[in-house]
Amino acid sequence: MTTAEFGSHNWGMVVDVDKCIGCNACVIACQAENNIPLNSQDRVERARSISWIRVERYWEGDFPDAKARFIPIMCQHCENAPCEPVCPVYATYHNSEGMNVQVYNRCVGTRYCANGCPYIVRFFNYWEPVWPESLRNHLNPDVTIRSRGIMEKCSFCVHRIRRESRSARSAGVEIADGAVQTACSSACPTSALNFGNFNDPNSKVSKMKEDKRHYTLLDQFGTDPNVIYLAKIDADKKVGSGAAASHD
Amino acid sequence: MQQRRELDQVYTNRKLLNGQLDTPKWWLPTVSILGVVVLIGVVVIATMINKGLGVTGLARPVYWGLFITTFVFWVGISHAGIMISAILRLTQAEWRRPVTRAAELLTVFSLLTALVFPLIHAGRPWRIAYWIMPYDVARGIYPNIRSPLIMDPVAISTYLTGSTLFLYIALLPDLGNLRDRTTGWKNAMYTVLALGWRGNPRQWKMQTVGGILLSALMLPIFVSVHSIVSWDFAIAAAVEGWHSTIFAPYFVIGAVHSGVSAVVTMMALMRWLWKWDDFIRPEHFDALARLLIVVATGWLAFTFLELTFALYGQDAPEIALREMQMFQWPWNALFITFFLTAYLIPVPMWLFKRVRTNIALMFWTSILVNVGMWLERFLIIVPGLARRTPFVYTWEAYRPSPVEWTIFIWSFAWVTFLMLLFSRFFPLVPLFEAKESQVFTDDVMIGRAKVPAIVREAD
Repeated sequence: MTTAEFGSHNWGMVVDVDKCIGCNACVIACQAENNIPLNSQDRVERARSISWIRVERYWEGDFPDAKARFIPIMCQHCENAPCEPVCPVYATYHNSEGMNVQVYNRCVGTRYCANGCPYIVRFFNYWEPVWPESLRNHLNPDVTIRSRGIMEKCSFCVHRIRRESRSARSAGVEIADGAVQTACSSACPTSALNFGNFNDPNSKVSKMKEDKRHYTLLDQFGTDPNVIYLAKIDADKKVGSGAAASHD
Repeated sequence: MQQRRELDQVYTNRKLLNGQLDTPKWWLPTVSILGVVVLIGVVVIATMINKGLGVTGLARPVYWGLFITTFVFWVGISHAGIMISAILRLTQAEWRRPVTRAAELLTVFSLLTALVFPLIHAGRPWRIAYWIMPYDVARGIYPNIRSPLIMDPVAISTYLTGSTLFLYIALLPDLGNLRDRTTGWKNAMYTVLALGWRGNPRQWKMQTVGGILLSALMLPIFVSVHSIVSWDFAIAAAVEGWHSTIFAPYFVIGAVHSGVSAVVTMMALMRWLWKWDDFIRPEHFDALARLLIVVATGWLAFTFLELTFALYGQDAPEIALREMQMFQWPWNALFITFFLTAYLIPVPMWLFKRVRTNIALMFWTSILVNVGMWLERFLIIVPGLARRTPFVYTWEAYRPSPVEWTIFIWSFAWVTFLMLLFSRFFPLVPLFEAKESQVFTDDVMIGRAKVPAIVREAD
């Protein structure tokens, strides 16, 4: 990843898997922040639930020494994203701030991007989204409600980034490190999820990703993600395990 | 090796125009039934567009299912036309003559049907205008030409335009013929369509040159169309079953296999329905079956190569995918059926001349091939997506919904419906081709000796 390619910002996330306790607070926060329709039982059973961030369970080691692990997975905002070149209408593209963005108005719903994504973090709206009457007034006015027939995915809470950059610009200052937090990172009780600017060498995330535990998910595909994981520390082993997320 | 009765031109005219000049009894009931099926299909498609794609069985991670399979299937069938009429024309294969038009028609109608699938399977079909066209040039928002989904409409519309022109040019002499034999509104219609065809030498020359030029121009399309369709899959680096460099030639040869088989099916039907035993003869089936043996075996080689390439890397996810595709229920049943129907049953049968000249057997074996070729596409597309990725969240199976099956059946009814409608107004066997081949094999008496009237190098 070349940092010079971008302007002053290259947004990214560092996920410390060792700190993650699998509480799913990030999932709920994301659901509420981004106006994601309720994942009813029916939708989950039919594998049509939408969850921009999810906590995956995986096994490490072989029985009987197997250990259940979990890892939060969201859109990896790849620098070399397989979803981008296949979209016929440029509904998904890479912006100058290192984010893979989805333009809902342009999307025609070919679902080609979802087929290309190795992390399977892109979601299709099979139906028009509906909320119970009681939840209508809880919708976030900053986030577009996606109609049926289009793709959606984690946006790195782009509306929060825009809000901060607007107020920073009007105040004539740079966005302070940590001023922008995504819904998931602000909800994380153990600071496993850390959001920030990789272009600022002094930012928290830039320092965190220098940790020798760092790896990226499915790096055999060469997608160069902007989400960096820090491996789980296994107290029973001398060397940190899971260097390449060797889950089965 | 032409073995047949000598036919005079009046008989040829009357027999080959029997669909237009006097309607067969079965025509109206068949077309009505097909029309009802087509109508049901249209209603189901409209409902799906109205309600949303939730009515399909698609679910994460299988975002493409029956619709894309059927799209690839029909594009494959469309390769019949170009194979029969362009390649065999340029190589002067004499036996192509009675089937050229049927093959071209199959191309045009199957392409029209294939085009429907990517459009209705889009989440917002009413927005596809700017998928295919630059909708706002002023803001520089063009379609993404890196996407095979943009190359697809370009290739297919080129193919469709070329095939339609080809079909029309070959139809001109027959339209003139029909114009001279009809009255009333039909006469008016044929007069307009025949574009003043009088059959003078200059017109014949232009018609022949036009046909040959179009054949040559369409040769690149022969390679491009299905290559591009295969790239829809092959460029997906993260889908193990799709990401293969061999896909383009593999899909093209598979398309020829299924397309030529579809022509055989159609020829048998034409022979039975319109009683054209004098024109579509066992020798034609024999020649097509010989061609099919070669094509099918070439295709089999590519199938093995694809598997070899996949397994050679010994990449664990790839091996897991192949294991699922071939050995796990329900894919294993489909895989066995695919292999039996696409190759193992029909091709060894075609090795016998008695089978190749038996129309009923050729009919059923050619249908088997297309069952197998449809399954082949299904087995590439769906298990490819339904593979078990490292993420358990996405482990899910796909079961096509009744809506998808209805639209699948609709596509077959629709192609047959269009064919029969066409047959009511235009001859399915080109009269001039039939007569030309007759002339080429005519004998003349010189003294007491009977010698061929025309000697050509090609035969």
